[in-house]
Amino acid sequence: MDAYVHLVPWIVLIPLAGFLFNGLLGLASGAFREQKNFIGAVATLAVFIPFLIALWLFFMMSGDSEAVSVSLFTWIEAGNFTTDIGYRLDQLSLLMTLVVTGVGALIHLYAIGYMAGDEGFWKFFAFMNLFIFAMLNLVLADNMLLLFLGWEGVGLCSYLLIGFWYTDMAKSDAAKKAFLYNRVGDFAFLIAMFLIFQTIGSLRFEEILAGTALFTTDQVFLIGALILIGATGKSAQIPLFVWLPDAMAGPTPVSALIHAATMVTSGIYVISRLSPFFMQSPELMLLVAVIGAFTAVIAATIALTKYDIKAVLAYSTVSQLGFMFLALGSGAFVAAMFHVVTHAFFKACLFLGSGSVIHAMHHVEHKLHDEGKHVHFDPQDMRNMGGLRKYLPHTYKTFLIATIAIAGIPPLAGFFSKDEILVMTFNAGMGTYGAVYIGLWAIALITAFMTAFYMFRLTLGTFHGEFRLPGKHEEARGAEKHLHESPFTMTSVLWVLGGLSIVGGFIGIPNFVVATFTGTADVNLLSNWLDKTTMDAELTLSKLVEWFLLFGSVLIAAAGIFVAYRLYEGGQLESSDLRISKRFGAFYRVWSDKYMIDEIYEGGIVRPTVRFSDRVLSVFDMKGIDGFVNFIAAIVRFAGGVVRYFQTGVIQSYAYGIVLGVILVIFMLLFR
Amino acid sequence: MELLLNIVIYLPLFGALLLIFIRQEDWVRWTSLLITTATFLLSIPLLLQFDISAAGKVQYLTVGEPFMGDWDVKYMVGLDGLSMLLFMLTTFMAPIVVLSSWTTIRNHVAGFYSMLLILQTGSLGVFAAMDLFMFYIFFELTQIPMFFLIGIWGGSDRIYATVKFFIYTLVGWLLMLVALIYVGYAAGYMVNDGVFTTDWRLITSPEFQLDLVQQTWLFLSFGFAFCIKVPIFPFHSWLPLAHTEAPTAGSVVLAAIALKMGTYAVLRYLIPLFPNAAIAFAPMFAVLGVIGIIYGALVAMVQKDVKKLVAYSSISHLGFVVLGMFAFTTTGAQGAIIQMVNHGLSTGALFIIVGMLYERRHSRMIADFGGIAKMMPVMTVMFMIATLASIGLPGLNGFVGEFLILVGSFNSDVLGSPWYAVIAALGVILAAGYMLWMFQRVMFGPITHEENKKLTDINAREIGLLVPIMIFIVWIGIRPTDFTKYSEAQVEWMLEDTRARAEAIASNAAGEQLPAWAQKLYDVTPQLASIHEIVNKEDSRLSSATEPADGDGKINDKQEQSL
Repeated sequence: MDAYVHLVPWIVLIPLAGFLFNGLLGLASGAFREQKNFIGAVATLAVFIPFLIALWLFFMMSGDSEAVSVSLFTWIEAGNFTTDIGYRLDQLSLLMTLVVTGVGALIHLYAIGYMAGDEGFWKFFAFMNLFIFAMLNLVLADNMLLLFLGWEGVGLCSYLLIGFWYTDMAKSDAAKKAFLYNRVGDFAFLIAMFLIFQTIGSLRFEEILAGTALFTTDQVFLIGALILIGATGKSAQIPLFVWLPDAMAGPTPVSALIHAATMVTSGIYVISRLSPFFMQSPELMLLVAVIGAFTAVIAATIALTKYDIKAVLAYSTVSQLGFMFLALGSGAFVAAMFHVVTHAFFKACLFLGSGSVIHAMHHVEHKLHDEGKHVHFDPQDMRNMGGLRKYLPHTYKTFLIATIAIAGIPPLAGFFSKDEILVMTFNAGMGTYGAVYIGLWAIALITAFMTAFYMFRLTLGTFHGEFRLPGKHEEARGAEKHLHESPFTMTSVLWVLGGLSIVGGFIGIPNFVVATFTGTADVNLLSNWLDKTTMDAELTLSKLVEWFLLFGSVLIAAAGIFVAYRLYEGGQLESSDLRISKRFGAFYRVWSDKYMIDEIYEGGIVRPTVRFSDRVLSVFDMKGIDGFVNFIAAIVRFAGGVVRYFQTGVIQSYAYGIVLGVILVIFMLLFR
Repeated sequence: MELLLNIVIYLPLFGALLLIFIRQEDWVRWTSLLITTATFLLSIPLLLQFDISAAGKVQYLTVGEPFMGDWDVKYMVGLDGLSMLLFMLTTFMAPIVVLSSWTTIRNHVAGFYSMLLILQTGSLGVFAAMDLFMFYIFFELTQIPMFFLIGIWGGSDRIYATVKFFIYTLVGWLLMLVALIYVGYAAGYMVNDGVFTTDWRLITSPEFQLDLVQQTWLFLSFGFAFCIKVPIFPFHSWLPLAHTEAPTAGSVVLAAIALKMGTYAVLRYLIPLFPNAAIAFAPMFAVLGVIGIIYGALVAMVQKDVKKLVAYSSISHLGFVVLGMFAFTTTGAQGAIIQMVNHGLSTGALFIIVGMLYERRHSRMIADFGGIAKMMPVMTVMFMIATLASIGLPGLNGFVGEFLILVGSFNSDVLGSPWYAVIAALGVILAAGYMLWMFQRVMFGPITHEENKKLTDINAREIGLLVPIMIFIVWIGIRPTDFTKYSEAQVEWMLEDTRARAEAIASNAAGEQLPAWAQKLYDVTPQLASIHEIVNKEDSRLSSATEPADGDGKINDKQEQSL
């Protein structure tokens, strides 16, 4: 491996070069900004070339290759603290690199078509390359501080890209919100680094993993919990998940790349990276699992009620990330990474599909305006859609494939990874805190049902039935003739991702499935690949139980699809939703109000802090602190004013004073 | 090289004299630019020739003859690891400051630039002075031009602001002057055959041992002066006012250079001169630093004036510096030094940018802006980088300083608790909050004011003066070791030396009699006893000796009682 490790820095640096090239030239030259195809090609290549390098490394490596590091230079050094710009190549980091650059390159390609009409085209691609650069630092870093650079760097790019259309205040609000919620997590992450450094004296993963025994169980729990808080920020889990749905304000390729496929999985990556550390504390693992399961179910319930096509996908992402956390907490790091990979395929496909739909709806709005009809509607609202499968056949087909994949129908990608998570959670139910894990497993099962349900609600509501827009607006009659499929650069990407959503699951076929027929088997490629880098819990279930669980999860998914089909097949989106809302009453209102979490944070923390600063602190600063300073000055001035009267300039009064003084002195001498 | 150092220090002063003879306003500007650029270029060899491994040694040292009668006060300038970076920051910022006021200053141009140039000589002298008295003289040399810069070329409330700034600072420094004379005499008694001296090498020598009573009083007097200058909460109320009323150049110099004199003086004089007191009072200063970080951030958040917001953010950033210095770890102190440089660069850039906005729009109110990004794309990029540097994004300079300070104070044995660092780190969240909120309201959203639709992007001169700052913001962020290496050895030596002297004073003083004047001082101040207990506790923790460590019998009694 040592022979190839020098290639690793190039993986990171090429996207940086792409950012600098497009960014600087775009800033400098108006003519350059018009060369959109060239800009797009440069940016896409800046991600695709690193993908090829990573692929080359992948073929040079095997499951039992040792991890290797390469250090570029010393980054920060002072006193006893030192850290390098250093990269670590092992199976885990390479897997993430492949996902980031592979899916990243596809989304860049897609975005060339999607963003073609935008005047900030160059800026968009510069930021996207910068994101890839930061993300690769995150996954390839050989120490926590460089990881943190990537960690905050992806947060920055997320900020820049969510607020890409900055003239819209709501969008820049969403950007700021994302950054701040992430900062809260980053704060915890920072403290975790201090604690680790205090014990280990280094932030390199190699030394941290070698020194996990140096920590007491309490320290492990504390540090782990802090890292977990950091991860809940980046990976949108309870309590910090509320920024992600708002983040959909960004252009759709951004949602696909950053807020579905890559950045939001970094929390899962970090915990997997530190799996031997986390495994030391069962309480910590339980905490991770509980957060994951509850996030999964809460986000799924919210997703049931949303009409915005991207919002449904956003909550679905939060929910799926919850599944991954549940896996981490159950000691199933391979399963979590497996779901990271398959989720990257089908969720990117879904988001880009939704982008294709939004693209078409926007086009309709523009065309109607061109015809002089002033129809204003939300191009992301499902209530205006319906029946789109006729007009966007490629989008429909790929969207449907990805929906089946996420719902968990075999043999598509999502089935294998989600089933493995469910199995491993049940498996954790056999160990410490078993009863709780069984409870979490039940929650996950219910969530799986809801996932299948809301995803089919989304697909059926968007693509089946009749096109509803003409029925909503008098002037929009005949609008369907403006609906058209997206260009080839976009649909081809959809098909690639759709294809991966079909076959992606085969990298992690459960061993027991094959073993049932052949005795023993060692077919789970992913688990073999990650064997050296993650430390998984032992699987203790019998084959029979595993088969039982497998059929159970298929049945649950099928049931979800069946119910959704019954309710939404005809395109009666709103009336069916009304029925559901009546059935669930107050619960439904809580779901559609997103559990009021935004309002609680806003009203409980943000506004009181601002009000306190405004009405108490800044007043105190003016009247209290500065007032005191002025008060001292006023005393001096007053004293001066009093003394001034003795300085009359009249000789007689001075003489009078002298006489008085002399008398006083004489008296004092006499009567001492 | 010694000569070169002196040339660098006095070239600006010479330039100021030259300006008297120049009538043409443009000539004045070009001469100032030429002088400051030449100063910067000439200072580069000083950096290149600097021996980074020489710890505890002053380089390029010039020693003159005693010039104050019987006192052994000499002209002494030189550089060491503590001052090198700040010295360079001063020469680097000067041409930028000159360029930034190219078009904004229309009246008394020659006066304005000569004030800037005198200010520069004063600032360079402050950082290069190797004698406490020279330090004081150079410091006063910076106060006068600053007084006029704010008072003549400032905003509407400039007279009030400048008088307040001047008198507030002066009060602190006069108190320090008294303490300084005391130090001079004491040093004379102990290390200079009875002749008054303020030679830095002598007053930090191991034989110069102030007892704990003296240290306490002197520490508080010096500390008071530096607290006002930095400023440390709650002595900061002159700062927002002075910053808002000062012209752009004044704000930049104030933020980038003048405030650093306070923090630099803490590191150069306050800690090494009074080691025991500094250690004893470290937690108190760290608390003030942490309060400053949070308080400054919270107050900054609700400001309606951009410039005032940046001013309050300065208080927050300087809180980090204070925390780092009083952590008494190399990591923390190194972080503090690089944070001083960082704050100079990023806050300097922010003030320059606010100045550019003001020049175009004649307003600093956040509410008067909105959607500016559309009109001024190039400035947006610069503004964004400076903002991100200010909120400590990894990869830019601000992060390096803040991180080192936090690591250093988290593991500090003198502070003895990680909570300082934990609470200080909350400032990182708040910083993102107030900076991004401000940035959003100024730059993003739709353009709501007609006037803003006519704004023009920054021109070549403005780009030219911002780009060098941006380069250093990124450079320090990615390769901070290129900078921290200059102070590393010196800081490590200084802290070790300070600790060693604190220990020595604590244990050596045991058998000795205090001089009569110190005895007297103690007799009239029984209320200090409680402070002594703190000092003693700290000392016994430091010294491995089990005996109570103090020269004064009464203090010993106190300690025995408390034990």
